[in-house]
Amino acid sequence: MRPRVASWLAAMAAAVLMLLGIGGVAAAAPAAGASGQVGGVSSLADTPLADDDSAVAATEVKGVVTDPNREPIAAVQLDVTNSEDVTDPSGTVIPAGEFTATVETKDDGTWAVPLPGGGRYSVTIDTGTLPEGIGLADPDQDTRTVNVLPEKSGTVLFRTADGENGGGTAGRSTLDRALQLTVDGLLFGLTIALAAIGLSLIFGTTGLTNFSHGELVTLGALTTYFFSSIVGLPFVLAAAVAVLVCGLLGGVQDKALWGRLRKRGTGVIAMLVVSIGFGILLRYVYLFFFGGNTRQFNAYAGQAGIQLGPVLVTPKSMVAAVVAVAFLLATAFWLLRTRSGKASRAISDNPALASASGIDVERVINRVWIYGAGLAALAGIIYSLNNGVNWFQGFQILLLTFAGVTLGGLGTAFGAIVGSLIVGVMIQVSTLVVPPELKNVGALLILIIILLIRPQGILGRRERVG
Amino acid sequence: MDWGNILGQSITQGLGVLAVIYALAAIGLNVHFGYTGLLNFGQAGFLAVAAYGLAVTIVVLELPLFVGVVIGLLAAVALALLLGIPTLRLRADYLAIVTIAAAEIIRLLVRSVTLRDIFGGSDGINAFANEFFSYSPFSAGLELGPVRLSQNDLWVVVVGWTLVALSCLLVWLLMRSPWGRVIKAIREDEDAVRSLGKNVYFYKMQALIIGGVLGSLGGFIFAVGFQSVQPDSYATDLTFFAYAVLILGGAGRVMGPVLGAVVFWFLLVFIDGTLAQLVQNGTITFIRTDQVGQVRYWILGLSLMLLMIYRPQGILGDKKELALDAR
Repeated sequence: MRPRVASWLAAMAAAVLMLLGIGGVAAAAPAAGASGQVGGVSSLADTPLADDDSAVAATEVKGVVTDPNREPIAAVQLDVTNSEDVTDPSGTVIPAGEFTATVETKDDGTWAVPLPGGGRYSVTIDTGTLPEGIGLADPDQDTRTVNVLPEKSGTVLFRTADGENGGGTAGRSTLDRALQLTVDGLLFGLTIALAAIGLSLIFGTTGLTNFSHGELVTLGALTTYFFSSIVGLPFVLAAAVAVLVCGLLGGVQDKALWGRLRKRGTGVIAMLVVSIGFGILLRYVYLFFFGGNTRQFNAYAGQAGIQLGPVLVTPKSMVAAVVAVAFLLATAFWLLRTRSGKASRAISDNPALASASGIDVERVINRVWIYGAGLAALAGIIYSLNNGVNWFQGFQILLLTFAGVTLGGLGTAFGAIVGSLIVGVMIQVSTLVVPPELKNVGALLILIIILLIRPQGILGRRERVG
Repeated sequence: MDWGNILGQSITQGLGVLAVIYALAAIGLNVHFGYTGLLNFGQAGFLAVAAYGLAVTIVVLELPLFVGVVIGLLAAVALALLLGIPTLRLRADYLAIVTIAAAEIIRLLVRSVTLRDIFGGSDGINAFANEFFSYSPFSAGLELGPVRLSQNDLWVVVVGWTLVALSCLLVWLLMRSPWGRVIKAIREDEDAVRSLGKNVYFYKMQALIIGGVLGSLGGFIFAVGFQSVQPDSYATDLTFFAYAVLILGGAGRVMGPVLGAVVFWFLLVFIDGTLAQLVQNGTITFIRTDQVGQVRYWILGLSLMLLMIYRPQGILGDKKELALDAR
């Protein structure tokens, strides 16, 4: 008994040291994010410029309130308050919640509030002051948090919709609503599909059911937030950098953790449990550095929609859909036409045979990880365009991703795409009959029913299920 | 540093209500994962149906406590059948995905506004444990050195540890019976068992039901111990914690989950208290007081990884006996 415990303690101690290194690497991006944010606020406030009032551009938060047809709305009340301690130019610290301001929109729908200093502010729209027949598209989103850089202006927009209680589709014909929901669902399905490809390919090539895949999705959104709202890069550039960074971090994660486990001969079930632990670790590292609030990207928050026939789509959603489709096509091309893509499919079929026929299995797996993580990051960014950034968003959609992957057939990339699109559309369209809060229940139920009828999924093959 | 206070709280929690709940949840998981090799990631669902079964029976149907317990147990059996029928013929990771999805379905349903009249929405159901406490023989709390338990907690803990002891006895008896040998053989090599003419599917189903019912006992203690049921207490984190408890103590060992639960909660509260004091002292400056709770999840996640990699058999386990890769 005693030597056993001793060996266990020794192994624990050694392992803590080693794995802290891994956790450190994977967590590097959000870690840098938070320290950059804190450092940015205080150091800029301390610069000599801040004492010279004439040289200081105003720090402010502003926005414009429009109805669904993009006509401005006047006399809407908004309340602004600081949600963290901010430092004003004279160096006085204003504790969180101490700064408050109320503002009304002007005739052109615009509003602006000068702020004492950079930091995080929350803006609440008084929905009672909106004109009759108009409400927020998402009634729960009447408060938004914005990160304002010193001497810069932050923008806060609220998406409005017809109908007092929002839910922009209320009061329209069932056919129109179904069309609208199908389009919304397709976009959501594309988002899940991007996340699902990595999950499915990694499962196919290594057998790992990766419960920390959602954290790759979150990481994409967090790094984009970091590069766009804190570093100050233009949004598109920030998103591109984030996808690259996350892809590389995925490769690093594979090399540092999963590759080593595979080499040690750790079983797939053990790796599954490891991925759960890794997921918990990452989520709470994100929470530690990012905080518990949902924050919006400064760019494109609450964009007004464009009416296309019966369907209302925001321009950002259309761009996001095009980007998603482009990436999915590129993935298909990679899988079908390139050496490493074909090799990855060969490994999915039979790793030993693939290795025997001269494929460098570990290299291909590492590449799968890089692409999978990059696509997952893109999924996180697109998801956050409409839903904001938070620390557990990836975990929130992880089960839906699993549903998509299982529906299409575990381990097949094309199955993952098809399955995810079905899950996405079904979730949205199901709100025609079930309350929106229960829409995910339907998707998860379908997952279970599919397993009853066709356990190998839509595109899966029988022998994979065993 | 007030070590006395920290130690006292840690010991109290290590023997307290939470340790009982997780011990019971992990004993159930032990039957699933440790002995049969089933990857049930929906243990939170079993606790939830039991707790809600009890609470709804007492508050909404206005029936006595024991009816609530019976309904809770029946709900757990029904859930096991519901989960097992579609998935037990499939590979292990399918069961993992389906069970985690089912637990989430249950949580989303009980917290929905639509069913608020029955399950109380996100506020849950409160104040239904009076009958349970009316059976309590204790007229005062317990103060034994650093360990302090209120009158009600004492009753909950006594009932809880009795249930733990009975569950352990049951598992011990089951696992040394011929039935237990078949179950363990399924964990080691399913096909071998099948070739001996055993119906693997039925054995797995029985194991799923027994483990689920044992876990549901934890749900009852959760409900009466806190005198409320809330949907978000039964999120996937609960299942993950129970796995950490099981693997720490030693899967496939009768006392593994019990030892795991005590050590787990002792360490968690100890680390929490120490960190909180260090932060208040100003010794640690890079953590805020409200972030201490987050740091303990880092430790939890990290230790789950490390245990699984370097010591998958936990404190008590025997690596040779336990083929963790069992399907």
